[in-house]
Amino acid sequence: MMAKMRFVRRVSSLPEFGLLLLVIFVLLEGSLLPLGAASSTSKSCEEAKQGHTEVHNFTKKAFPVLGVDYGHIKNPFEISLWVLLACLMKLGFHLIPRLSSIVPESCLLIVVGLLVGGLIKLAREEVPPVLDSKFFFLYLLPPIILDAGYFLPIRPFMENLGTILMFAVIGTLWNAFFIGGLLYGICQISNSDLTAIGILPCLLFGSIISAVDPVAVLAVFEEIHINELLHILVFGESLLNDAVTVVLYHLFEEFSVDGSVTVLDGILGVISFLVVALGGVLFGAMYGFLAALTSRFTSHTRVIEPLFAFLYSYMAYLSAEVFHLSGIMALIACGAVMRPYIEANISHKSHTTIKYFLKMLSSVSETLIFIFLGVATVDGRHSWNWIFVTMSVVLCLVARVIGVVGLTFIINKFRIVKLTTKDQFIIAYGGLRGAIAFSLGFLLKEDHFHMRDMFLTAIITVIFFTVFVQGMTIKPLVELLAVKKKQEAKRSINEEIHTQFLDHLLTGIEDICGHYGHHHWKDKLNRFNKKYVKKFLIVSERSKEPQLIAFYHKMEMKQAIQLVESGGGSKLPSAVPSTVSMQNIQPKNPPATTKPAERVLPQLSKGREEEIRKILRSNLQRTRQRLHSYNRHTLVADPYEDGFSDLILKKQRMMAIDKKVHNPR
Amino acid sequence: MGSRASTLLREEEIEEIKKETGFSHSQITRLYSRFTSLDKGENGTLSREDFQRIPELAINPLGDRIINAFFPEGEDQVNFRGFMRTLAHFRPIEDNEKNKNPTASEPLNSRSNKLLFAFRLYDLDRDDKISRDELLQVLRMMVGVNISDEQLGSIADRTIQEADTNGDSCISFQEFIKASLVEANINNTSFNHLTKKIKILMGAFFINATEANLLNKLA
Repeated sequence: MMAKMRFVRRVSSLPEFGLLLLVIFVLLEGSLLPLGAASSTSKSCEEAKQGHTEVHNFTKKAFPVLGVDYGHIKNPFEISLWVLLACLMKLGFHLIPRLSSIVPESCLLIVVGLLVGGLIKLAREEVPPVLDSKFFFLYLLPPIILDAGYFLPIRPFMENLGTILMFAVIGTLWNAFFIGGLLYGICQISNSDLTAIGILPCLLFGSIISAVDPVAVLAVFEEIHINELLHILVFGESLLNDAVTVVLYHLFEEFSVDGSVTVLDGILGVISFLVVALGGVLFGAMYGFLAALTSRFTSHTRVIEPLFAFLYSYMAYLSAEVFHLSGIMALIACGAVMRPYIEANISHKSHTTIKYFLKMLSSVSETLIFIFLGVATVDGRHSWNWIFVTMSVVLCLVARVIGVVGLTFIINKFRIVKLTTKDQFIIAYGGLRGAIAFSLGFLLKEDHFHMRDMFLTAIITVIFFTVFVQGMTIKPLVELLAVKKKQEAKRSINEEIHTQFLDHLLTGIEDICGHYGHHHWKDKLNRFNKKYVKKFLIVSERSKEPQLIAFYHKMEMKQAIQLVESGGGSKLPSAVPSTVSMQNIQPKNPPATTKPAERVLPQLSKGREEEIRKILRSNLQRTRQRLHSYNRHTLVADPYEDGFSDLILKKQRMMAIDKKVHNPR
Repeated sequence: MGSRASTLLREEEIEEIKKETGFSHSQITRLYSRFTSLDKGENGTLSREDFQRIPELAINPLGDRIINAFFPEGEDQVNFRGFMRTLAHFRPIEDNEKNKNPTASEPLNSRSNKLLFAFRLYDLDRDDKISRDELLQVLRMMVGVNISDEQLGSIADRTIQEADTNGDSCISFQEFIKASLVEANINNTSFNHLTKKIKILMGAFFINATEANLLNKLA
């Protein structure tokens, strides 16, 4: 008996063993092939030279049946290899059950990067400069940000915008100056070569290291399922502080070269910040509108619809970067603006394509970033200075805590739902640094900043500390402090009606009081949207659909999808005509406990039913997004949320139909 | 109108209103000036026409119902006390009120009273149940005229089936609380949004998780 069990266990681990072998093979291939490439390219070089000089002595060679020419495909091959490695790693982590629940994925990926970097170094190959800043900012970062922006839950974001902006702008400024200033002071006190570092390079370092990183935050927070408020606060902060970072970085970089700063420069800096932030948002909104407008005309070429969404967003990012505006804010604005209109215009399949493609790209991007971070660590020329590095880690933590506590004290005076101490702790603890900081440091020019290597080392240490220590411990801490978790709620029609009802009610009361508050302006914006913008950007027949109807249809569609996928739809009573709505179809396994419903349900005419089905297939404007699309790993969160109670509902309706059939009126 | 407003409202009245509704002194005076600016007839009371003169209210789908909520049963005029009493429902719950004497009568802006206010906006005939027809009326107001009755009917059916737990195909107050509380617990932020930034007076349906005790009492 025992022997049999052991045998079974060994056999079941065979696939995993095979996967492990595959991974090792890929790693070896990646590191050894370049060796072969080096030799083969040199050979072909010589041959070319020989052929050139011996142009008259044309010796006839035998026709090569098989040849090796690695140099030809070197770059795409290596890129593909890296991406393949990243994906295999992702696979592997989720096959090992306990590991993924203890250690966040980002940590594992960094470790893999370290291993791969080490392997390559062992093979005495030159480690490719993978985390080249240009590569990072142009190709790796945009998909992640676009994914975040497109699926940004607008309502919670807007509700907490004030708080988020406070944390993003003032918090980051505070961090930068606190860290930079204190580091300068410490450098001066310490009697070593650190005293040579001026105040401006220190401030520059402070500004690089102060920004909370969206990639790292996304990677870690996704796994801890924290409540919506905290999630949107930390995540929103990490997105919006890009403008501050961009301005500070350019400011201090410029002035470090010049060597001095005047008050005028300070004022210009503030103006620059406004330009960068608002300009980025403007660019994004512009491209967003263009994308929405284009999607209005794509009804005949459905296949390329997703491409428009991606292209316009990427163009928004690039255009913003041309003018040194905040590309991240442009991307977010573009995604958020174009989403409601695009979803109303494009086909359901295109919508799914966009969703899946975005998730896929951002997932791969994130994985690659962390792996490359590991590789770059191994590769980099490090200059370890105990005082500088440890003090930067300590100061980062201290600055963050003081910043959050101080800001919350001020913010709570204006908030109705105050942030508790627990919330503050999570916000402070969730301030992770990531690859953006590293890339910004990497961009520093060696000749201007002779302490660049030390900076990079310090940055990497801070990143490692936050990602490993804070990333790993945040999950048990969340459990320990019993922080409210994200509630997996079924989006019910009740909720939707109630929300709209309350909106109208509160707008009305505001109007009666003559107080032009939050609701008033929101209402005005909605009306403007409905009257002018929608008509312009959305295909005509769909622009007039009220939100409630759209929401209802979406729910029905989800139910339909779920029904079909669960193999139901059978056992329709034959006496009932086929023109019934979704409500009356019985699922495969009705639960035992039911309650007979006495009411008679309205029958839909066939034409009406077709109309509803047609509207069902389209995708809908402005349905309020709660956080369902955040999860990187499962994309089918929506249709499978309805569960048990839906089956009960269906059973009830079934019974009603049965009753009606058997007791005709 | 400002100076005239403050002389018309006596200190004792302000104190009484303060006790009854919980608004602060400045809030009461501000609302009084609004009241008098709406009161075109200058007789110290508001009629329905005075409310309907507010332009934004005219285009609000729930405008008529909100106006009706201000007027007590069968009356056509509302004085300042009544005006404040209705508005008191929307004051946010302050922290210091939670420790009050539990035997005192429930303040106007308690959670249950707020929900009762919303419930009464649905339930016109005051039978403490939202019937399918009443729900249909509200839906019709919110959705507009382009949607067919059948579509609206199926939405109403689904709504009632989701909320209805005792199978009487009506939504009672308890079921209403449950259906709305689900949202409250999950999306405190949506209620934050409803209450945020209104520095002077407007709170709204602020439902705090710590009032879960109240839920248990009611549920």
